[in-house]
Amino acid sequence: MNKDAVILIAEDDPGHVELVKKNLWRSCVENNILQFRNGQEILDFLFRRDDKAKHDESVSYLLLLDIRMPTVDGQEVLRRIKEDEELRKIPVIILTTTDEAVEVNRYYEMGCSFYMIKPADYTKFMEAVENLGAFLSLDGVRVPVVDGVGVC
Amino acid sequence: MNKEGVILIAEDDEGHFELIKRSLQRAGVCNEILRFADGQETLDFLFVRGDGPKREHDKEYLLLLDIRMPKIDGMEVLEKVKHDPELRKIPVVMLTTTDDPRTIDRCHKLGCSVYIVKPVEYQDFAEAVRKVGLLLSVVEVPQINGMPKK
Repeated sequence: MNKDAVILIAEDDPGHVELVKKNLWRSCVENNILQFRNGQEILDFLFRRDDKAKHDESVSYLLLLDIRMPTVDGQEVLRRIKEDEELRKIPVIILTTTDEAVEVNRYYEMGCSFYMIKPADYTKFMEAVENLGAFLSLDGVRVPVVDGVGVC
Repeated sequence: MNKEGVILIAEDDEGHFELIKRSLQRAGVCNEILRFADGQETLDFLFVRGDGPKREHDKEYLLLLDIRMPKIDGMEVLEKVKHDPELRKIPVVMLTTTDDPRTIDRCHKLGCSVYIVKPVEYQDFAEAVRKVGLLLSVVEVPQINGMPKK
């Protein structure tokens, strides 16, 4: 992925965040990673409502999004992103324990890039993230710049 | 992606197609692979029209899409697929030599899942596709039901 792109992780489980970060690094993903503990934090960042952490203009982002999170869940986050003319360009990869076909269907309908189920087995989870990382580390993967400000 | 899912490759260059197919298989992807030589063939398949092969109901599909192709190009295919209420669920991976920021921007606005620029070197190209295969082995893909709107 273009080296200047930033990977956003929205995930309430700190253990999962660490596992994802560690295994992305192991796959030589060198992009900056920012983490958010719930849906509200990631929306505040993307829609630039937080004074401390706002998304920069003219930066490329890719979002790894958990579904079950406090305050605002992943479904609402995805909906808001994909309804916004500019933010919709951000590739969103769902990373979740929810493995129902109806959910897979719903999230693709809403415009996620990929839907990935976190394996319950720790080793398999690591391998899955490593595969994701191997892909994201490719030079050829291009993520577009997000300009302007999301409209609330 | 389930073993029953079908990988569609829209690619006019036969050499590129063979390389993509082999590299996916090298990553352990054993899904059925179908090739379309241009955008028209791809759309005919997905929208179930014409004399060629046709999409089946209740199957999973994923599309690897080249941009520069005869008749109908990949951008138009992407636009048609993503404007259809059912077909829009199909993950579309752009795999192209075009490295133009406006094209990258447009494809993401239209709803491609990811955009990959084909490496020039043969080995790098094969390795890139192998890693696409690794990704496909850990993601879920939805079933496409029903008939598309005419």
